[in-house]
Amino acid sequence: MKAKPTTRLFSLIESRAGIVWIVLVVLTIANPVLGIEGHLAGSTGVHLLGVAILTIAVVKVRFVGLDFMELRKAPVPMRLMFEAYCLILWVVLTACFLWL
Amino acid sequence: MGMTTVSQPVAEGRQIPGESGVWVFFFGDMVIFLIFFVAYLVHRAGAPELFAQSSQELGLAMGVANTLVLLSSSLLVVLGLGAVRREGRSVAVGAFRGAMACGVLFVVLKAFEYTHIASGTTGLDLNAFFSWYFVLTGVHLVHVLIGLGVLGLMVSRARQSGDGAEKRMMVIESGACFWHLVDLLWMLIFPLLYLVA
Repeated sequence: MKAKPTTRLFSLIESRAGIVWIVLVVLTIANPVLGIEGHLAGSTGVHLLGVAILTIAVVKVRFVGLDFMELRKAPVPMRLMFEAYCLILWVVLTACFLWL
Repeated sequence: MGMTTVSQPVAEGRQIPGESGVWVFFFGDMVIFLIFFVAYLVHRAGAPELFAQSSQELGLAMGVANTLVLLSSSLLVVLGLGAVRREGRSVAVGAFRGAMACGVLFVVLKAFEYTHIASGTTGLDLNAFFSWYFVLTGVHLVHVLIGLGVLGLMVSRARQSGDGAEKRMMVIESGACFWHLVDLLWMLIFPLLYLVA
């Protein structure tokens, strides 16, 4: 006997995508908290918190790509391209933020 | 005949989501935005105090709200895609329509924010920071508007039945990935403009 559509919907919410969504929401709320702390912190603190904010942003990008865009199940070269993009993104953005 | 996933099998257990050709555009778009972000940070380095002061004029709550709205729309698209694969057309249509509603809400919030800034209630001239703000959010907003059209197409395909199920699934999977790309880009624009400026 087939499950009702609503049952299927809830089972899907409980699956990995639902958990990832909760993690992304928590990270989204954590980001501004760090930003506010950054305004209050000294120069070194601002730099550290800036890197933390950018790191959280790249982690969120990776979650969206791997779990929402389904790249976790993509062919290895395609997944590696995306992982490389995330790594380059993090290195370039933090380097520009810290040293420019 | 029920719909099934038609992601292109490449290796056992691994599939390209949607049409492989659209990924050239997706990766290209992501690289272009990375170049935008670097140019933005270079300009910021030239006037850090101006950027910091101007950034604080943006409503943080509005940025967070925009992010949560897009994240929710992405979850609805995931749910809709899963429902299509499980032959639950009505659930899929509802989920995609919900994602569209979130997209419209994002546009409304952005319009409100644009009006607020343009009306000068921030008390600041449209300086270099706000120029970048309008460029980055404007190009992203174009993506959102295109994405709304794509979601509309996904609704229409999800409602159809009969022949051409594979082609319909390909359109729906590709469209879902485009909407997630819109979400992904905002995950970077939000902290760069609202938090680390």
